[in-house]
Amino acid sequence: MSAIELRPTCKPADYKSEVHPIWCPGCGDYHVLMAFTRAFAQLGLAPENTVVVSGIGCSSRVPAYTTCYGFHGVHGRSLALATGLKVARPDLTVIVASGDGDGYSIGGNHFLHACRRNVDMTYVVMDNRVYGMTKGQPSPTTEPDFDTALSPGGTGLSPFHPLVIALASGANFVARAFSGSPNETASILVEAIRHPGFSFVEILSPCVTFRPDEREWKSLVHSAPVGVTHDPAKAARRIMTDDGFNIGILYSGDRRPYQPRMEGQNVDLADLEKDFEL
Amino acid sequence: MPEADSISIAILGSGGAGALTAGNFLLEAACAAGWHGLLTRTVGPQIRGGEAAALVRLASSPVECLSEHFDLLIGIDWLNAHRFGAEIEAAPHSLVISDPRGGDLPPVVGRSGARVVEVPIKEMAKAIPGGRPNMIALGIAAGLLGLAEDILTPVIEKRLAGKGAATVEASRAGLKAGMTAVADLDLDLGRRLAPAEPVGSAKRWLVSGNETTGLGAIRGGIRFAAAYPITPASEILEWLAPNLPKVGGVLLQAEDELAAINMIIGASYGGTPALTATSGPGLSLMMEALGLATASEIPIVVIDVMRAGPSTGIPTKSEQADLNIAVYGFHGDAPHLVLAPQSIGDCLFTTQWGVHLAETLQVPAIVLSDQFTGQAVAAIDRPADIAFVGQRTTAVDFSGTYKRYAATAGGVSPMAIPGMRGGQYTADGLTHNEHGNPTSSESDHRAQLDKRLAKLEQFAYGDHWATIEGDGELAVIAWGSLTGAAREAIQRVCRSGLDIRLLAPRLLLPVQPERFAGALAGVKRLLVVEQSHGAQFHRYLRAHYDLPEDVRVLNRPGPLPIKPSEIEQAIMRWSS
Repeated sequence: MSAIELRPTCKPADYKSEVHPIWCPGCGDYHVLMAFTRAFAQLGLAPENTVVVSGIGCSSRVPAYTTCYGFHGVHGRSLALATGLKVARPDLTVIVASGDGDGYSIGGNHFLHACRRNVDMTYVVMDNRVYGMTKGQPSPTTEPDFDTALSPGGTGLSPFHPLVIALASGANFVARAFSGSPNETASILVEAIRHPGFSFVEILSPCVTFRPDEREWKSLVHSAPVGVTHDPAKAARRIMTDDGFNIGILYSGDRRPYQPRMEGQNVDLADLEKDFEL
Repeated sequence: MPEADSISIAILGSGGAGALTAGNFLLEAACAAGWHGLLTRTVGPQIRGGEAAALVRLASSPVECLSEHFDLLIGIDWLNAHRFGAEIEAAPHSLVISDPRGGDLPPVVGRSGARVVEVPIKEMAKAIPGGRPNMIALGIAAGLLGLAEDILTPVIEKRLAGKGAATVEASRAGLKAGMTAVADLDLDLGRRLAPAEPVGSAKRWLVSGNETTGLGAIRGGIRFAAAYPITPASEILEWLAPNLPKVGGVLLQAEDELAAINMIIGASYGGTPALTATSGPGLSLMMEALGLATASEIPIVVIDVMRAGPSTGIPTKSEQADLNIAVYGFHGDAPHLVLAPQSIGDCLFTTQWGVHLAETLQVPAIVLSDQFTGQAVAAIDRPADIAFVGQRTTAVDFSGTYKRYAATAGGVSPMAIPGMRGGQYTADGLTHNEHGNPTSSESDHRAQLDKRLAKLEQFAYGDHWATIEGDGELAVIAWGSLTGAAREAIQRVCRSGLDIRLLAPRLLLPVQPERFAGALAGVKRLLVVEQSHGAQFHRYLRAHYDLPEDVRVLNRPGPLPIKPSEIEQAIMRWSS
C-alpha cells in the first residue's frame, strides 16, 4: 500500500457506497464487503487514493459497493489491469477482487504472472467453488464429484490448489480467510494491504444458492495452528497437507516489489531522435 | 552510360549470411552520399538458415515503395531463394551476380533473360582472415553503383565498431575485394544513378516505420506501454523500452496480449496515456478489452503492424487485411478510431495524432501500420513538428454529484483520475448510467450509446483525415503503405499529360462522408488499390461512401507488394 494521505477518522460506513448489492440473501460476499470496509477504516485509507479493481462474477461486483475508485473490467483480466494501474501510479493503493472462476480459470495465466511480477497490490479471491453468476457450473476449485447441469456426475477433475500455486509463482504474502468471520478477515486484509509486494488472500465465501452445503464451512474453519512462516517450502508443505480450512496468514516473504521508476531523466524529447540522424 | 532515376538491388543469402547487413550498409552509405533510398527485407520465419534478402532501391528523389524489378541481384547463395522467387523479379537488362557454389538460380531469375556473371563470393571471403561473404557482396554492389570506398568505410566503422577492430578490418578488406572484382571483371550495370535532388540542410533520418511510430507515441504523450513480443511489431517495443524511461515512462512485457491491453487500460484509467503494439493475432486477442475501453471511455492506442493472415499467416510479410477486424471486430455498437499511416515519416504523424485523438475523445484508437512500412528503412526528411499531444479533459468540479459519464454537448465527459477527491467512480464494462452505475434500462443504454457515437461524429478532424493530391476525373484510392506506390504511379502517368487524382484516407473510422464526397467531386472513375485478397478496403468504401459508377479494383493478397507499374498499367488501360 502507499496511499498519499491517510484518513484516520474514517469509519467502515464511509467506505460503503449507496449502490445496492445484487448478491443473493445470505451470500458470503456481503461479509467480504464488510471486511473490506473495516480493513480500509483500520488502515485509514483515503478513498480517492484507493482503487478496487475486478473482473466478472459475483465477487467482481465489489468495486461499485465501495466509495473508492473502482474498475469493473472484463472477465479474468483484473490483475493485468491493476498491474498497469499500479505500475503507472505507484502512489495509489490497489486492491483486486476476484472469484474462483474469474481468477483461477479464465484469469489463471495472469495469476501466475502477477505472483511472479510481485507488484505491490493485494489480490483477494472469494472462493465459493462454483460459478454463481452463470448459475452453478463447476470452477477450478470445485470437487470432482459435484454434479451440475454442465458436468453431469461431476467433472472428475482434481481441484486447483491456488495457495500453493501462488507460493510457487512468487507471491510475497499468502493467507486464507473465511467470510463468516469479518473481523478476522479484516485483520488479515489489513496485513495483506500493508505488506509490500503481491499479497494473495483467499477468502472462503459460501454460495448459499448453488452450494448450500457450504453453510457447513462455519463449523469446519479453524485458525492455523502454527504462526506465519517466511519459508515458502515450509508454507507449501503445510498448505498441501492441511484440510483446506486453515485460516490465517500462511506465508510472508520479503521479495522486493517490482516498481520501475516513473520519473523522467530530464531528457529533451528532441534528444530521442538523435539516433535517427543519417 | 544512361542515367536512371532509381536503381534496385537485391542481396540474397541464407538467413544469418548477412544479406540484410550488407543491404543496410549500402543504403546508409548511398544516403550519406546524398541519394534517396529505401530498404525492405524479405525473410523466412527461421532465425538462421532460412531465406533472407535485402531489397534496396536507391533513387535520385525520395521513394516510398519498391520498383517493379531489380537491376542488380547478388546471390551470396540461392539455397532457399525459390521461396520468394516472385519477390525478386529480374528484367532482361538486369545483372545477376552469382556464386557458382551458391546453388541453382531460382527459375524466375533464370527465365528473365538477365545477364548472369559468376563471382566466387564465398571463396573470396575465405581468402581474407575473418572475411565474410556479405561484405564482398557489398563491395560488388558499391563498385557497380560507383559508390566510392571512402563513402562505405565510415558506415562499416560506425556499425561494426562494437564487434572489434579485427571485424572492421576484415569487413573493409571484403569491401575492397568486392570492388576490385567489379573492376577486374570489367562489370557494369549499363546505367548509373542520376544525380540526387539536393536535400535540405537539416540532417535527414535513416529510420524504419516502427521507430518513427515509437517516437510519435512518445511525442503524443504516451508514457506507459505494455506489450507481448510479436513479429513484425517488436521493433516498436524495442525502441520504446529504452526510450520511455528517459521521459518518465515505462514499458512492461506482458504475459500475453490479453494482459497487455488490460494493463494499458489500467494505466490510462490512472491518468497515464498508454499504448500497446501488436500484429493481427494479438489484435484478435485484444478485441474484448478494446470494447471495454470503448464502454468505459478509457483512451488507449493500439498499433497493429499488419502481417499476412489469417491465423499465423506469414508473420514476416506484409498485407492490408486487418481492416475488417479493426473496423468491425468489436461486439456490440462500439464507435472508435481507426487510423493508418501512409509512409515511414507518416508513422510519426499518424501515431502522434492517434494519441491526441484517443486522449481528447476518451476512446480507443487502432493504428494500422504494416510490415512493409514498419520494417522498411528509408532516408527521409525530418518530419515537421506537430503540436498534437494528448489533451484529456479531466474533471475539476466535484462540488455537486460527480457524473463520470455525463451527457455533455460534445459527448466527451470530464474524467476523474484516481487521487481526485470527490471524483470516485467505478469504470465499468456493464451498461451504466451517467454516474457509472450499472443499469439494464433501455434509456440509459441508448443515452450512453448516443453519447459515445456523438463525441466521435461531432469532432472536427481537419484536413489530416486524408491525403488528396491532383485533379482529374480518374482517381486512385489507396490506403496505408500502398499510398506511396499509388503516388509514384500517378506521377509517371501524369508525365504523359493525364490528370489523375490521389485519395488516401488516413482516418478510416469514424468515416467522413462529406469530406469524402468533396475529395471525389468530379471524379467519374475510381481505381481502388489494396493488398487484400478479399478486397476489404473496397467493401469498406462501398459500405460507407457514395462511389462513382465506374469502379475498378486492383487487389492482391500479400506478401508481393503492388508495384507502381501495375497501378500505372491499370490506369493506362482504363484511360485509353
